[in-house]
Amino acid sequence: MLNQLTISELRTRLTKRAASSRELVQACLDQIKRVDPKVHAFLSVDEQDALAQAEIADRAIAAGLPQPLLGIPIAVKDVLAVKGHSLQCGSKILDKFVSPYDATVIARLRKAGAIVFGRLNMDEFAMGSSTENSAFGHTRNPWDLERVPGGSSGGSSAAVAADECIASLGSDTGGSIRQPAALCGVVGVKPTYGRVSRYGLVAFASSLDQIGPFAKDVRDAAILTRVIAGHDSLDSTSIPEPVPDYAIQLTGDIKGLRLGLPKEYFIGGMDKEVAAAVQTAVKHLESLGAVTQEISLPHTDYAVATYYIIATAEASANLARFDGIRYGMRVEGADPNELYMKTRGAGFGAEVKRRIILGTYVLSSGYYDAYYLRAQKVRTLIRADFLKAFEQVDAIVTPTSPTPAFKAGEKSDDPLQMYLSDIFTISCNLAGISGISVPCGFTSSPKLPIGLQLLGKPFGEGTLFRIAHAYEQSTNWHKERPEWTTKPS
Amino acid sequence: MDYEAVIGLETHVQLKTRSKMWCGCANEFGAPPNTNVCPVCLGLPGVLPVANEEALRLTVLTGMLLNCDIPRHAKFDRKNYFYPDVPKNYQITQYDKPSTQSGHVDFEFEGKIVRVHITRAHLEEDVGKNFHFESNSGVDFNRAGVPLMEIVSEPDITSADMAYTYLNALKDILIFGGVSACDMEKGMVRCDVNVSVRPKGQQELGAKIEIKNMNTFSGVRRAVDHEIPRQIDVLKAGGKLTQETRRWDDTAGITEVMRTKEYAHDYRYFPEPDLMPFEPSDDWIADVRKRVVELPLARKQRFMTMYNLPAPDADTFVNDRPLADYFEKAVRSASNAKAVANWVINNLRAKLTESGTSLESVKIQPPQIQELITLVDSGKISTKIAQDVFTEMFENGQSPASIVEQKGLAQVSDTGAIEQFCDEVIAANPKSAADFKAGKAAALNFLKGQVMKASKGKANPNLVGKILERKLKLA
Repeated sequence: MLNQLTISELRTRLTKRAASSRELVQACLDQIKRVDPKVHAFLSVDEQDALAQAEIADRAIAAGLPQPLLGIPIAVKDVLAVKGHSLQCGSKILDKFVSPYDATVIARLRKAGAIVFGRLNMDEFAMGSSTENSAFGHTRNPWDLERVPGGSSGGSSAAVAADECIASLGSDTGGSIRQPAALCGVVGVKPTYGRVSRYGLVAFASSLDQIGPFAKDVRDAAILTRVIAGHDSLDSTSIPEPVPDYAIQLTGDIKGLRLGLPKEYFIGGMDKEVAAAVQTAVKHLESLGAVTQEISLPHTDYAVATYYIIATAEASANLARFDGIRYGMRVEGADPNELYMKTRGAGFGAEVKRRIILGTYVLSSGYYDAYYLRAQKVRTLIRADFLKAFEQVDAIVTPTSPTPAFKAGEKSDDPLQMYLSDIFTISCNLAGISGISVPCGFTSSPKLPIGLQLLGKPFGEGTLFRIAHAYEQSTNWHKERPEWTTKPS
Repeated sequence: MDYEAVIGLETHVQLKTRSKMWCGCANEFGAPPNTNVCPVCLGLPGVLPVANEEALRLTVLTGMLLNCDIPRHAKFDRKNYFYPDVPKNYQITQYDKPSTQSGHVDFEFEGKIVRVHITRAHLEEDVGKNFHFESNSGVDFNRAGVPLMEIVSEPDITSADMAYTYLNALKDILIFGGVSACDMEKGMVRCDVNVSVRPKGQQELGAKIEIKNMNTFSGVRRAVDHEIPRQIDVLKAGGKLTQETRRWDDTAGITEVMRTKEYAHDYRYFPEPDLMPFEPSDDWIADVRKRVVELPLARKQRFMTMYNLPAPDADTFVNDRPLADYFEKAVRSASNAKAVANWVINNLRAKLTESGTSLESVKIQPPQIQELITLVDSGKISTKIAQDVFTEMFENGQSPASIVEQKGLAQVSDTGAIEQFCDEVIAANPKSAADFKAGKAAALNFLKGQVMKASKGKANPNLVGKILERKLKLA
């Protein structure tokens, strides 16, 4: 079935005219019809629009155009602006909002020939680790429908894992790409801060947010990253660093590459099967010629606290614009203040409110120095930890998540437990470095994917892809699919 | 007990840029509501700001004009507050690292030159405008995101008149520097006034009372004139003043409470994560410095010392820059600068007004003014004839010498010719001649006039006077 193939496989078939983009898009739409009532990865799909794009792509293919994603259907998280399509961020407060413009990444996907389709479910405003905070229903993990797909980009990971699209885009503020990628058994990339333009990404925490791809293998992730990366004059924080051709760096050779194992990440409390799978993966990397060494990231313990101060502070301002005045939901009030309170009270979910309140608090007069300013200082130390480590090693290896996918409802009443599921991914965002999660095994019963996280230098994506690709190609984890999703209907 | 007022001003000025602060929308007044808007200035989900470099330049230029330091590290911050005219519900501004700081402005006030220190001039964005209709309200976001500079003064101002004069001096500087059009009618300048009073001689400042959103300078003067005695009266009556924000009711001529300290906003400033810190290079700053112009007061002082002009003439040239430029091209030495100034101010400007022409299209070349003066000084033509020559020059741009030549206007200093005119006039006016001899000095002027008339104005009047006198005394 076409929807099960990778970008590289499909591009070959499409150029050889062994398949058409229209057939491919139809295969994805059929799969969505078949599995999505159970997975609920998509909030909406505009079938006609997708098929129309496919027909245009087929004509371009016939004309011999060479774009890297020509005819490939890519689905996007509901946090990215796509012109003429609904943009709700999994929230009621953006009720009926339709974006009048394309995000830069969307424009780049289009330029590369991709078919941009579908709105993928997410935790409201990307706040959460399970996609249970969506105002529009939970997304389920295709490997076990009782379990969460991770979050906040749970729709993006589940859709790729269930072959409902070929690849997808998500956003990662504290692990929101890597953690759901790990929990759903797909590849997920958090590029270096400034690598990918954030223009058109609805901000959660501006200094931490990055857009990245979900893909079925590392090569696809590399192709997609190359397409979306690069300087953008519409984003002052995007960095004018040339974008290399990542795919040609996938040589399979990682001999002599130095990998760091942070001692602070391999401690008690981790799921035993996760720990074992990661240990095995490390051995495997060594067998491929990588040289491992223990390193230290001494400020790791402060990462979660630091993150929840900085991220919520920024979020409290970023989400202030959702006020019922200009767009989205409005609950009328006698005066503007009452309108704000009623609208925001009704429009935001509990987790979003919790974070807005927390962020407002840490910025308040008299508390700023003790919280926000201090957190910024710790953040500098955390970044320094990583930069120091990268003097000794080329990449860092850790588990992506301390546990495999947990059951829906299991942590939703305990925000702190939920926050801790991002314990291994958060530092990467605070440090502004690059990260990737690749499948590295399964738990035995139930069979749930386990992710291996590789962290790289700023703009070290190429090295991460090379290591992840070499590992992936010598294992079969990435080829596994939840059985029920692959059976023909 | 005697009290004194302490006043500081926060002046908001819209910058003269083509586009808005963070997007490409036009920075233009008067367009139909919500037509100069885009996703960025409407604060739609997902948009990001990109700083307008010209606005950064104009802010730094202002800093230079106001004698400020230009820090090499400035940044933007978010000022958080909810209001319908604020699209993002935060305003991007510069909080603790402004683009300019620690300057001063000197200006003339009550016959002296006084100095008001400038705390800072920083860059921010303007907000939209609320409109209230019968049953609902609307917001026009055309103004949202227009580059706005806030100039904060130290509390160096002591009276309403001084505040008024300071604001006008500031406005002149900004217009001179090309920083802002400062069109008050279009709301390009607005200020908040901080007023406190204290017993004379006391060091400690009284409770700071802020009067917000003033949009005329005369309003500021009236508000301060009202506010100072109001505060003094409270204290004299044994009352206590506390920090608060007030609004000025222009119709009633009073200030009234807007919010007291306990309802003061907590703006929760924090660094704007969507923008990088602004760290200008030496070259960038040097480029801005090239745009620094001579300021009004310095210009006035220069005209007075360099050209020995009286203050009113210097003021004329400060207020009329093209005329001043013309003057400076015309004048060759300080010794007769006053004469040049007279011609330029009294004759040229009058002719321009009279004929409705502009200085750019004027036909008289600046050096020709000097030539005309030389003709008068050397006795070649009389002052009166010079007026006619000037009119000719203005009309056709010919050189004064050739006009004098062509029209035969050269002054007659040939004593023989003048003697003949004098003899004729004395003969024709025996009564006047007799009057002079009888001691009526005024009769001489009449006879002189007759001689000038007979010579068609060309006779050298000095010689005419001397010769007439000699002849009358002899006769």
